[in-house]
Amino acid sequence: MIVEYTQITSIQGDIIAVEAKDIRYGELAAVRSRLRTSLAQVIRLRGNEVLLQVFAGAKGISTGDRVRFLGHPMQVTYGDAMLGRVFNGSGLPLDAGPDLRSYPRHEVGGPSVNPVKRIIPRGFIETRVPMIDVFNPLVESQKLPIFAAAGEPYNELLTRVGIRANADVVILGGIGLKHDEYLKFRHAFEEAGVLPRTVMFIHTASDPVVERLLVPDMSLALAEQFGVSGKRVLVLLSDMTAFADAMKEVAISMDQVPSNLGYPGSLYSDLAARYEKAVDFEGAGSITILAVTTMPGDDVTHPVPDNTGYITEGQFYLKNGVVEPFGSLSRLKQLVVGSVTREDHGYIMNSMIRLFARSREVEQKLAMGFEKTEDDERFLKYGRLFYDRFMDLKVDIGLNSALDLGWKTLAECFNPDEVGIKQSMIDGYWPGQGRSEFGD
Amino acid sequence: MAHSLESRVLAVNGPLITVEVIRGHHIMMNEVAYVMHGDIGLKAEVIRIRGNMAYIQVFENTVGVKVGDPVVFTDELLSATLGPGMLGQIYDGLQNPLNELDNIQGFFLRRGHYLSALDTSKKWEFTPLVTQGARVKAGQYLGRVSEGMFDHHIMVPLALQGGFEVMDIAGPGSYTVEDMIATLKNAEGRESPVSMKQKWPIKLPIRAYKERLLPDRPLLTQCRMIDIFFPIAEGGTACIPGPFGAGKTVLQQIISRYAQADIVIIVACGERAGEVVETIRDFPKLEDPKTGRSLMDRTVIICNTSSMPVAAREASIYTGVTLGEYYRQLGLKVLLLADSTSRWAQALRESSARMEEIPGEEAFPAYLESRIAAIYERAGLVKLYNDVTGSLTMIGSVSPAGGNFEEPVTQNTLKVVGAFYGLSRARSDQRRYPAIDPMISWSIYLKQMEASLSLLHPKWRTLIEEARELLYRGNDIHQMMLVIGEESISIEDLIILLKAETVDAVCLQQDSFDAVDRATPRERQVDDFLLLMDMVHTTFSFENREECKKEMTRLRNNFFQMKYYPFKSDGYQKYRQEIREILEERVKVE
Ligand SMILES: Nc1ncnc2c1ncn2[C@@H]1O[C@H](COP(=O)(O)OP(=O)(O)OP(=O)(O)O)[C@@H](O)[C@H]1O
Ligand SMILES: [Mg+2]
Repeated sequence: MIVEYTQITSIQGDIIAVEAKDIRYGELAAVRSRLRTSLAQVIRLRGNEVLLQVFAGAKGISTGDRVRFLGHPMQVTYGDAMLGRVFNGSGLPLDAGPDLRSYPRHEVGGPSVNPVKRIIPRGFIETRVPMIDVFNPLVESQKLPIFAAAGEPYNELLTRVGIRANADVVILGGIGLKHDEYLKFRHAFEEAGVLPRTVMFIHTASDPVVERLLVPDMSLALAEQFGVSGKRVLVLLSDMTAFADAMKEVAISMDQVPSNLGYPGSLYSDLAARYEKAVDFEGAGSITILAVTTMPGDDVTHPVPDNTGYITEGQFYLKNGVVEPFGSLSRLKQLVVGSVTREDHGYIMNSMIRLFARSREVEQKLAMGFEKTEDDERFLKYGRLFYDRFMDLKVDIGLNSALDLGWKTLAECFNPDEVGIKQSMIDGYWPGQGRSEFGD
Repeated sequence: MAHSLESRVLAVNGPLITVEVIRGHHIMMNEVAYVMHGDIGLKAEVIRIRGNMAYIQVFENTVGVKVGDPVVFTDELLSATLGPGMLGQIYDGLQNPLNELDNIQGFFLRRGHYLSALDTSKKWEFTPLVTQGARVKAGQYLGRVSEGMFDHHIMVPLALQGGFEVMDIAGPGSYTVEDMIATLKNAEGRESPVSMKQKWPIKLPIRAYKERLLPDRPLLTQCRMIDIFFPIAEGGTACIPGPFGAGKTVLQQIISRYAQADIVIIVACGERAGEVVETIRDFPKLEDPKTGRSLMDRTVIICNTSSMPVAAREASIYTGVTLGEYYRQLGLKVLLLADSTSRWAQALRESSARMEEIPGEEAFPAYLESRIAAIYERAGLVKLYNDVTGSLTMIGSVSPAGGNFEEPVTQNTLKVVGAFYGLSRARSDQRRYPAIDPMISWSIYLKQMEASLSLLHPKWRTLIEEARELLYRGNDIHQMMLVIGEESISIEDLIILLKAETVDAVCLQQDSFDAVDRATPRERQVDDFLLLMDMVHTTFSFENREECKKEMTRLRNNFFQMKYYPFKSDGYQKYRQEIREILEERVKVE
């Protein structure tokens, strides 16, 4: 027997309260109002009072509307039939593809992976973006956001890396995505031939805010199923700041005490619960997460990028159209640099950045009107070369060519004893010292 | 609401559940309770009692729990299980052995499954140390077993109060941790059977020792910046605050490998699972140079990573500290590393918010300060009843919001620790690792341990202060140079600056990923540092800036190359010799 409850006793923000019995914490309900039927989730129980978060928003819901409890939490459909398809945040198809209701369904937001079932990731992902490959290499199963201010080409970078990464399955979670951006993703994936192995969960900017909350969970729950079955999955999420903002809205409607700029105190745990789904399974597949975190006011200390930085394994900081060497970081780099990649990789990586820091300093100094010394000249030259050969996003070269180019650049600007690299490496790679090989 | 004989769930708000307790049943603060959900019980802890209502914090996801579900109270405080067999284990925050769970559950951690922290079938070779009739009290040894390289003493359970007489003690032989090995009788004649395993409530400190001593001897970490400039004492406390990505975890990992402690307890508290995996997978393969055994044999990992339940994260630090205190009772040198205490504080904040307590600064509860103090206060150097010393040293990392040290967790931690290793974004951006900022960091132990440090060199502390002075001056000159230009500073200042940069580059900076550089034994620390100070003390004079820069760069490069060669190897000696020659040359010029 299906019970429908009609006593909606309060509506605040997108949260409604209803009197009901025997309801499970976290279960789903369908709220039928004059305009539509929307999914809602139980977020608090107090005696017979049940608080529900309505994914389509509470606009237009009346106290006389009907609530039907579904007896289970949010689920995602799993199967190869999902590939090539497009869904909304609640998992309903947005394309004209066949019905998937007969496929198995799995709960979203499931338990964490037992840490002892994880393995140390060692799969270097070559993106042919030197600022990534040389200085902050991406590793399979890494969770990494692109930090960017509004207007930066973050979705382009996401697309480019997404296509290069060579994953078995790509899952795109669009959160508050502009419709045009969605079309661009689609188009780029189509061109690169990635679309047939892509699943998209798309929530666009015009969809109800609370529905955003579902997109990462749906995407990651599906990724988990593919991962467990041995697939190497890449999940692209854009934009996680929109996700955090939706959490903020819910927290405010629940009268929660905010910790910082209105965000709930649980922001860290909430974001971590999603990002930690990135994993390299022992004896099965992997999940790599590449996300976009837009920074309100280009401020890294804003609670969303700040908490994200504490969770993810580094970040690519996109600024003025380039991946900034400072502020960008891949924390898994040491797992591949010099062991999976060429032995000189680590030395080039550290030394070039250290020297680039100096060239930035020189620039600042000159900007203040100081005289230019001979030394300054060299650092300026180095800075220019560094930008043109490495930072410019137009550059598209493999890792080994980029490393060779690194040695060449150093040699064009400095003496071997100025670069702080140990002698055995200098002997092996400094141009003119013998064994450096050029080309890929 | 059904009025039955059971306590029942009244409200669910995430992990916070309100329970209506049946009349007449007494409940205890911090008592363990189980919310019965289908055929599993979800473990929880009582965190508030009001009338006949108990507020419990569930250590698991509460999805699926209903109003009216039964709740069982256990009459036991949240406790750790202590005894032989903990070394090498990987526990979650509630001390469930994750390796065992893995055999049962596969990839994912299913809720409501709890296993014994100790292997109850393993037999230990027991040797009694007391005889019948001996008078004993909590913490005194009854016998021992050998666990790996240690004598693991079996003690009178720490929770037993008062004096006891040994009525009966097991003879030499092999026993499991659950077998009875002694019977004790107290003054009232009540008898207590004793096994090798005992329980201790994690939120209370263990105090079964004669006295606490002032920490006055160093605990070597093999990280130069720490050991030389900001040393930590055995039984001391330190914190490592720093913005994300500045190097807190890498620093902790490197300390966990190379610190000269007997036992290392790693508490991965609300941080990334991947980081623990590196430890879990690498340690068994790494050799402890001191003992030649696997590093895992001296390590216990408590792992409650960020996606594991938040309430258990709060418990994880207490579990770690309790294990640390237990090993200290065995007369061992214990080092506890917690990464990160901010996540623990956030767990407190989350539960405080759910209980609608009045929030303090940045929504942290008002009791944050006392909780932080209470945890660090459990570290210390103690003299046990048998006059042997044991120590628990604690190093916690702090993850301040926005990298701003003015926030409550950092500030309240700074009030109670003995050393502060502040990581700076500026240094990590420049890849100057470890990114401990020498301009802001401090250690009270440099002075407190002066007597033992002076064994390294009679003027050790003076030398360190000189070196720090040089770094300060170098920094001032650098700042000045940025404002007035390089041409406007004197050549003398330029020399100071270059000397400071050399000290920074070859001593402070240490590459955690280089096989030689990552750990520096004490002997080498002293030799290299004294040579460096010879350089600092040498008076240089140059014709012009160009020559000055060229010569100083050459000198620095020699130091730099030297540090990548194994101590006393040919390469090392060669560069050392070269440096000596350059310095002597200068003295002759004088
Ligand atoms: N001592 C070091 N030597 C070389 N590289 C280092 C060192 N310390 C840190 N790094 C680099 O910086 C990265 C970030 O360091 P780490 O993970 O320790 O930061 P963290 O302070 O713990 O950050 P979070 O607060 O986000 O956990 C490392 O992955 C490594 O690449
Ligand atoms: Mg860390």
